[in-house]
Amino acid sequence: MRRFLNNSFALVLVLGAIVALLPLVLPSGFYWRVAALVYINAIAVLGLNLLMGFAGQVSLGHAGFFGIGAYAVALGPVYLGMPGWASLLGGTALSALLAFFVGRPILRLSGYYLAIATLGMGALISMVVANEANITGGPNGMEVQRMIVFGWRVAGAQVWYWIAGITLVLGVLLVVNLIESPTGRALRSIHDSEIAARVLGIDVARYKLLAFVMSAVFASIAGSYLALLDGFVTPNTTSFLLSIELVVMAVLGGLGSILGSIVGAAILVVLPQFLTVFHDYEHIVLGAIIIVFLIFLPRGIVPALASIVRRGTA
Amino acid sequence: MLVVDNLKIAFGGVVAIDGVSFTVRRNEIFALIGPNGAGKTTLFNIISGVYAPQSGRIALDGEDVTSLAPHQLARRGMSRTFQNLQVFFRMSTVENVMVGHHLHENRNVLAHLLALPSVRAQNRATRAKAEGLLALVGLEGLADKPASSLPYGALKRLEIARALATEPKILLLDEPAAGCNPVETEEIDAVIKSIAAQGVTVVLVEHDMRLVMRISDRIHVLDRGKTLAEGSAVEVRGNPAVVTAYLGGLGEQEAARARN
Repeated sequence: MRRFLNNSFALVLVLGAIVALLPLVLPSGFYWRVAALVYINAIAVLGLNLLMGFAGQVSLGHAGFFGIGAYAVALGPVYLGMPGWASLLGGTALSALLAFFVGRPILRLSGYYLAIATLGMGALISMVVANEANITGGPNGMEVQRMIVFGWRVAGAQVWYWIAGITLVLGVLLVVNLIESPTGRALRSIHDSEIAARVLGIDVARYKLLAFVMSAVFASIAGSYLALLDGFVTPNTTSFLLSIELVVMAVLGGLGSILGSIVGAAILVVLPQFLTVFHDYEHIVLGAIIIVFLIFLPRGIVPALASIVRRGTA
Repeated sequence: MLVVDNLKIAFGGVVAIDGVSFTVRRNEIFALIGPNGAGKTTLFNIISGVYAPQSGRIALDGEDVTSLAPHQLARRGMSRTFQNLQVFFRMSTVENVMVGHHLHENRNVLAHLLALPSVRAQNRATRAKAEGLLALVGLEGLADKPASSLPYGALKRLEIARALATEPKILLLDEPAAGCNPVETEEIDAVIKSIAAQGVTVVLVEHDMRLVMRISDRIHVLDRGKTLAEGSAVEVRGNPAVVTAYLGGLGEQEAARARN
């Protein structure tokens, strides 16, 4: 149990089983959609956790990469005549490139300064999307053409449930592998002591950049998936609020916990669906729940549970 | 092996290191001593690339390494420990040491993401090596404990094991015995000797005079950023300038203790 709650291969198997079996209890298309949203958000949070939870670097601008992914699948087919899947890959590559070139200067910063710099980056992307109204539709958003792969029209909540679920399982597998590798140890060492990492021969700047680029790739893919699921994209996909939501999901689930990324995403996606009964007070209730969680489980839900289990078995 | 030539660094108006030069020979234990504020740790920080000197030169094995970044120095065979612990507290004891082996591992990120069989095999080899180093410093059996659960003296030795995992030619130890009780100090003494016996050159900053006198081949004395004396334990101990300037009013008493 303890090893399972920590990051391990068993996690991948269990997650795979959940993705495979959950449809048996999903009563309607609406729930397929909610589950797909959980997976899509979890993909972005998983990447962000790599950056924040493992390498220890903050980003308040990841909605920027999410938005690039979302707008890539909207714009690519219309303006470049690219098929949807190529637009998705193009958006991912663009996000990675942007993260690479922006990350090089700003990852020299740390703590609050890095947070502000990433926030600025996200705000810039958001402004471009909102202001280029003749291309992006501005605040009104724009329609996203359905992706067609080998003549098959990829649409509907069920289809995207499977695509997002399988992508998430693969993403978790990759991250689990990475964490237990020399690269993962290098990232984690930077989090604890940059100076010690450096004297041990770790090229700290390179590894921070690597984590930043990888997290941008995850966010971008998630953004593309969301736009393709919805068939519509709005500037909300690039908004500061979304950046914050991603950070809250990562922190709530537990920084440095892979399972935590998924749990955090699940809570923040599912809870608002049930809070709609509170109508206008939805955000207040959600905020209160987050505050209560963070006061009583400051390390995040999954690490807190893990330490309870550990105490129980010790 | 390590040549330090006329180093100088100032912080604001304070000249912390002022024209210090020395040469560390291959395979010796070389100690830097001096009263608090003499500039020992600053000197270590310059040598290990944490600070860049304002003037002066550092050469490692004949190659000019002045102002190289710490990770570049590590590639050239230099490693160090820290006076104030810099342990990776979120990692296990053995993982701390495994990080030290980073430079000798395949660093292909794609292979790591896919956990190729070669990466798994390498992980096992690195772990075995790390466990061996933990045994060398007397931490066998603690491999999978979180580093944060170890007592202070063990953390000091963990840092030594971690530095050794880089397979250094030269190892800088910043107060390895600071805060340790006499038993722990004896253990560290033995560890340092066995490291030197394996052909690693050791440079050490230390306050525990008995430890320094017992294990050092040569001692370099600093006072207020300048060189005061250099020589064997016997020579330094007998140097009146050292006794008065470094040991102050209690000098004779301390020197007598050190002789025992």
